Amino acid sequence: MVKKQEIIKAESKEFNFHYADGTHALKDINIPLYEKRITALIGPSGCGKSTFLRSFNRMHDLYPGNKYAGQIILYPDNTNILDKKVDPIEVRMRISMVFQKPNPFPKSIYENVAYGLRVRGENNKRLLDDKVEEALKGASLWNEVKDRLQDLAYNLSGGQQQRLCIARALATDPEIMLFDEPTSALDPIATVNIEELMSELKKKLTILIVTHNMQQAARISDYTAYMYLGKMIEFDETDIIFTNPSKKETEDYITGKFG
Amino acid sequence: MSKTKSTVSKALAKNIRRNFVERLIEWALMLSGLIAILITFGIVFILVTESIPFFEAVSIKEFLTSTIWTPNFEIKNYGILPLVAGTVTITGIALLVAIPLGTITAVYLSEFASHKLRETVKPILELLVGVPTVVFGYFALLLVTPLLQKIYPDLPTFNMLGPGIVMGIMIVPYIASVAEDAMRAVPMAMREGSYAMGATRFQTAKTVVMPAALSGIIAAYILAISRGIGETMIVAIAAGQQPNFTFNPVESAATITAYIVSVALGDLEHGGIGYQSIFAAGIVLFIMTLSLNILGQWTRKKFTERY
Repeated sequence: MVKKQEIIKAESKEFNFHYADGTHALKDINIPLYEKRITALIGPSGCGKSTFLRSFNRMHDLYPGNKYAGQIILYPDNTNILDKKVDPIEVRMRISMVFQKPNPFPKSIYENVAYGLRVRGENNKRLLDDKVEEALKGASLWNEVKDRLQDLAYNLSGGQQQRLCIARALATDPEIMLFDEPTSALDPIATVNIEELMSELKKKLTILIVTHNMQQAARISDYTAYMYLGKMIEFDETDIIFTNPSKKETEDYITGKFG
Repeated sequence: MSKTKSTVSKALAKNIRRNFVERLIEWALMLSGLIAILITFGIVFILVTESIPFFEAVSIKEFLTSTIWTPNFEIKNYGILPLVAGTVTITGIALLVAIPLGTITAVYLSEFASHKLRETVKPILELLVGVPTVVFGYFALLLVTPLLQKIYPDLPTFNMLGPGIVMGIMIVPYIASVAEDAMRAVPMAMREGSYAMGATRFQTAKTVVMPAALSGIIAAYILAISRGIGETMIVAIAAGQQPNFTFNPVESAATITAYIVSVALGDLEHGGIGYQSIFAAGIVLFIMTLSLNILGQWTRKKFTERY
């Protein structure tokens, strides 16, 4: 199953989630995220995979009435990020997120990338310059934008905007990056760029990605969790999930009999 | 074959009737639109034709540069500047009150208040728009000015400060409502992006939501300015109707609108040059509001939100 040398970076334990309207969206989820690996969440629409992903940076706190139960532990410091005493802003500084649709801010390319540092009170121009360049390089966008850092971010193409959002998330040196269907609004070429970028990023950090595209999960992820109706049906190495799943439901979904 | 033909022609006949009704409705709609345009042109036409005799008697140069406005005196002077100064000063005071208060209210309602609170507070705030301005006028004269006199005893009963502040309070809901709409139109995805970076609510409001809603917020300010310039009753009641070339808020003064209403109330005989002066003043008012509206349109185009 799981190779011995893997280190667990984060782990959900008996995690449950209720939306404000009472929907029990996630039921007893146990999924580990291994360090410097890509874990993919797959499953049909409404299975709770995005809800699960968004729990990792307490995104659900923005809407009143949502309830978490169970634990999501962040290692090595054993922090339960769902703990009421843990500041969600603290969590979001360690775990950053890239959204489905590119959502750059109405600012220049430079300011978009510098945003996370600025909200942390960083205003040292030289440090910001360095960090912005480093992040844009990390997101393979530097060469395309280095001469127009002061341009409005909206002038970039969709794929570039998404890489800008990745750069923005990278600039604060997060430990984990969450990707919520990051390529679903992009064309095939931009999609390939983002996928290559993710494989590059996992050398430095841990990645959790939600995707509705099974081929994408097979191409880029090391581990895959199949979810259905708010439950985690199967979790394993991606190769095993796609070639020899142990559960019948997983096999039906993978082979396209269902979903 | 012939059977299909007849059903086709029947369908066509129905189409013709339907097209006719459509056309009729289209005309009716256009006509009602035209009425508004015709009335606007009518107003401009009357303003211009009525003020021509005035400008035959008073040179445009005197009108625009003289600093004395005394149509009721023995020696008559027709310099619009005192009225413009009064209008600008009172509107300026009003904006100093309304822009910060209105913007803060909008940010609070859009970014901080719970859904329930917002749905309760916003209609109440908008109710303030429905208060007749004559009430605000007496509010300024009988409550605000006496209060200000406690702080600054030399303040005359009729002054620009009191009505300016009250006009500002009156304008707050205009700004709050329009700016809040603009801020709430900013997609949630953009806010989530900011929160996901570890930003607080206030940082998100200040650095992401407000810039994204800039054109709507500016439109709110411009609406507020036109509202202030056009406001009549508050200034007519509480500012003293004394044309006075000054920008000092503790003096009494008259605005363009206050002058027009005082003449309309019958201080000057109909048909005389004094009477015609209100049309000249009206043109100035019209140009001021028109240019603000054009400025508003322009900023709206220039800063259109692109999400």
